[in-house]
Amino acid sequence: MKHTLAQKILQRHTGDAITADGQIAVCKVSLVLANDITAPLAAKSFYAMGATKVFDKDKVVLVSDHFTPNKDIASAEQVKVVREFARAMGLTHYYEGGAAGVEHALLPELGLVGPGDIVVGADSHTCTYGGLCAFATGMGSTDAAAAMALGETWFKVPPTIRVDISGEPAPFVGGKDLILNVIGRIGVAGARYKALEFGGDAIDALSVEGRMTMANMAIEAGGKVGLFAADEKTLAYCSARGRTGDALLAPDDGAIYERRLAIDAASLSPQVACPHLPDNVRPVEECRDVKIDQAVIGSCTNGRIEDLRVAAAVLKGKKADKNVRLIVLPATPGIWKQALKEGLLEIFMDAGAVVGPATCGPCLGGHMGILASGEVCVATTNRNFRGRMGSLDSRVYLAGPAVAAASALAGHIIHPGKV
Amino acid sequence: MYSGRAHKVGANIDTDAIIPARFLVTTDTGELGANCMEGLEPGWIKRVSPGDFIVAGENFGCGSSREHAPLALLGAGVKVVLAKSFARIFYRNAFNMGLILLEIGDGTAAIGDGDRLEIDIDKGLIKNLAGGAEIPFQPVPASMKEILDQGGLVGYVRSRLDGQPA
Repeated sequence: MKHTLAQKILQRHTGDAITADGQIAVCKVSLVLANDITAPLAAKSFYAMGATKVFDKDKVVLVSDHFTPNKDIASAEQVKVVREFARAMGLTHYYEGGAAGVEHALLPELGLVGPGDIVVGADSHTCTYGGLCAFATGMGSTDAAAAMALGETWFKVPPTIRVDISGEPAPFVGGKDLILNVIGRIGVAGARYKALEFGGDAIDALSVEGRMTMANMAIEAGGKVGLFAADEKTLAYCSARGRTGDALLAPDDGAIYERRLAIDAASLSPQVACPHLPDNVRPVEECRDVKIDQAVIGSCTNGRIEDLRVAAAVLKGKKADKNVRLIVLPATPGIWKQALKEGLLEIFMDAGAVVGPATCGPCLGGHMGILASGEVCVATTNRNFRGRMGSLDSRVYLAGPAVAAASALAGHIIHPGKV
Repeated sequence: MYSGRAHKVGANIDTDAIIPARFLVTTDTGELGANCMEGLEPGWIKRVSPGDFIVAGENFGCGSSREHAPLALLGAGVKVVLAKSFARIFYRNAFNMGLILLEIGDGTAAIGDGDRLEIDIDKGLIKNLAGGAEIPFQPVPASMKEILDQGGLVGYVRSRLDGQPA
């Protein structure tokens, strides 16, 4: 059988022949991940299962990144549970404090994920690693606990939607705009129980970081995974982070797709997802005059160094509108340091930004940028559900770093070419 | 047999609506249950009595992987959720926690808010005692039933580990 990328990777990790979509396959996992919200529940389930040791101390990764630096006593207690579990299991990869960053930016940076891997994480944005051609998907804490104990999990082999994106994107159109456009077309349930597989010359030209931004939001279309072939760029990215033995990986010619979608990148403006669903997507021009109170640049979606460079290029030498709180959260300490070295943090601070630590923080309404009733935020994050960033009467518009930065300057949503 | 009242909600009810992130600083089912649906409408859960059903539109449980969402529903006394369809991670989490999900497609149209229902899981039949409608549904998939029968995934893995040499 000719395999899609999803089928091909699953096949490498199971003894069963993968012959059809919908088939249940039990697969060995390459890595299991959990964070400060989900790991305490995973530890509870792990012990309740009667498990005493993880399947591999090098392949279970715990990152305290959501409510950290601990926002209150209850979250500090949760991080303590995670830390103690990591110690009890003797885990090689436990990250908190200055070693921790937003998990889905951190793991690729540490070289912990790569092409052909199967990664399960108790976090829905685990799908980010699809940008590196890993079959990576979010699960609950107890599924993660089972994988920590057994080193395997079951999957229903997903049908695949193939998305081909061609053409040269206009200035200020990046990975975030491409994925928002896809989600706008297929809807928040458009890839439910399915794999998304991306290709085409615009994807070949896109950076590995841009691909991770796109893969990150596969879940926002309901997708199980968002996969990109591993090309020379992928291999260069992985080897620069200390990995060895990675190889090119592409879908088979003649693989069967459930549906195909073709997008002309050249025709797109920067995209914005309006409240209160990620599929409520419009070109930025249609959102002008939406006044904002806050702009957030960061998260597992758009908190990488390229994103910060894009934002800094827009903000350089300018000041954010006096009515806008601009918050920049580089996604890992490594990115923070790089941004410092490149002078990006100075540009942000001169623009009036608060530059904060590497944390998920405001994305999920945790801390460091919560919205009051009636307030509006443009954010480079991934979800704009009602109340996601604070009050049920606040509103979040999702966009790429260029639009977020430009909107902070103007005080309302605006095309980055107009500031 | 399950019986209780139906509480209807719309499509794309996300996990932030079911249990907002600010309540994710505990793993206690009772505490989570007290704050269930606070992201939909503050106090909404007070109308739900133990054993009642939530009847939703498409894609119920979309968004995050937080297992706290099915735990919050269980903590609020909900044992069965009916929907046109469910989001993938939530579906797996629910069965792992012992919360039953029934995907009934357009069958939701035959149920009104507040209707009293009787649900026979084994027969695959919902009786709407309010209007007399009978709504058949596909039985729970065998692989999910196996997990449910062990009281959730914890019991399932425990029985597997028990069979392994130490």
